[in-house]
Amino acid sequence: MTEFASGTLTGKNLHLSFGHNHVLRGIDLHVEKGTTASVIGPSGSGKSTLLRVMNRLIEPDQGDILLDGRSVLKDNPDELRQRIGMVFQQFNLFPHKTVVDNVSLALRKLRKLSKEQARSEALEQLDLVGLKHKADSRPANLSGGQQQRVAIARALAMKPEVMFFDEATSALDPELVKGVLALMADLAKGGMTMVVVTHEMGFSRNVSDTVTFMDAGVVVESGPPEQIFTSPRTDRLKGFLSDVL
Amino acid sequence: MDLLDQLADTFFNWEEMAKVIPALLMVGLPNTLILAVASGIFGSLLGLALAMMGISRNAGARWVARIYTDIFRGLPAILVILVIGIGLSPIAREITGSRNPYPLGILALTLIAAAYIGEIFRSGIQSVEKGQLEASRALGFSYGSSMRLVVVPQGIRRVLPALVNQFISLLKDSSLVFMLGLAASDREIFRIGNDAMANTGNLSPLVAAGVLYLILTVPLTHFVNFIDNRLRTGKPEKKEPDELAAPIGKGAQA
Repeated sequence: MTEFASGTLTGKNLHLSFGHNHVLRGIDLHVEKGTTASVIGPSGSGKSTLLRVMNRLIEPDQGDILLDGRSVLKDNPDELRQRIGMVFQQFNLFPHKTVVDNVSLALRKLRKLSKEQARSEALEQLDLVGLKHKADSRPANLSGGQQQRVAIARALAMKPEVMFFDEATSALDPELVKGVLALMADLAKGGMTMVVVTHEMGFSRNVSDTVTFMDAGVVVESGPPEQIFTSPRTDRLKGFLSDVL
Repeated sequence: MDLLDQLADTFFNWEEMAKVIPALLMVGLPNTLILAVASGIFGSLLGLALAMMGISRNAGARWVARIYTDIFRGLPAILVILVIGIGLSPIAREITGSRNPYPLGILALTLIAAAYIGEIFRSGIQSVEKGQLEASRALGFSYGSSMRLVVVPQGIRRVLPALVNQFISLLKDSSLVFMLGLAASDREIFRIGNDAMANTGNLSPLVAAGVLYLILTVPLTHFVNFIDNRLRTGKPEKKEPDELAAPIGKGAQA
């Protein structure tokens, strides 16, 4: 993997409510440059919402988001999102475009590259995820695992400083999970700053540098993987781990 | 037998048909196509604007679209054509300097078509999964660019069959502009058939006009079925012979 122009991402005291539903209740998350933070926790704990708040797909009610130590809340949110790649559970590839056009769309329209240059960069990204030969297929003709790797290539093509993964393997058939996780592990080793919301405890334990356990909109416990998985301190984390492991 | 002969003469008098066919093809067909195609294009543009307003976060825009749609979908086409065609004709005469009722006929047909097409587009756009907008915005596209590049193209594709149905309906409704009084060279298919019927007392010219409408609409109907099918099953993909043997890259166990 190539070197990434990674950044350090910090969320401070993030709050978000939908009406009376207080989804995030003061979340702190610090991801040092080039490290991988995984976020685990039961469904409905606010993990996915946290990702969407940190790239301002949803604006927080309160708190601050810093990229490389500078608050980005006053920036144009579209520009912030160009610096943070995101991969979704449901892939969300654009079905009306070919694989290579999925990857090159933002390069052409946002980076203003020429058609040829955008295509060649997109092909390069597809090569990195092993799917160059599918460049002119439609997403619908790819397996779930292949689609998710295209989605990763699409996000990487923008040369993001941080990558978000929102349960990237949850919608995949079991035999396809490994390929996507291997690619994510490659990115982590390559020095990409990553925030990985996941139910894959193996990945969380073996690949991430820090693990954050969320429940009911708060961070219950966080620390290095050994500490979280071998000596959980709170009953909530102990209970969660005994449910999932 | 007399009765059958009489019916055959009333509907299928080949002589009367042959007399009207040149005018149907040379005058009626182009005029009908002008009316239908122009109002189809303008109606689609206005309909797209109405659809965007209908899903807008701005309540005012939503209301305008709602009220517009309710009015123009709720009125008989012939009433709209008469009210616009007659009511606005002094203004149109001042602007264009001609008494040709076509601009107003096209306007009236456009206003009606836009109400239906707007609803068709809106339902298509709203049927696109939320994840598409989210993924596009996550890449850094603005709301407007995301709609234009990602959401709207998919939404329109899904409703192409309904859209073509609307065009068929528009093609037929274009016959109603005859109400505005047309000069001989402005007559469309229906009016030519109707005039010939009035002159001869024989229905065959109208039957010929009807056949011409069917020649236009039936292929469109089948075109709808074709694209409907294509949208359901997708374009057959050409497989490269060496595709299976293509090199597998890094992290490619899947």
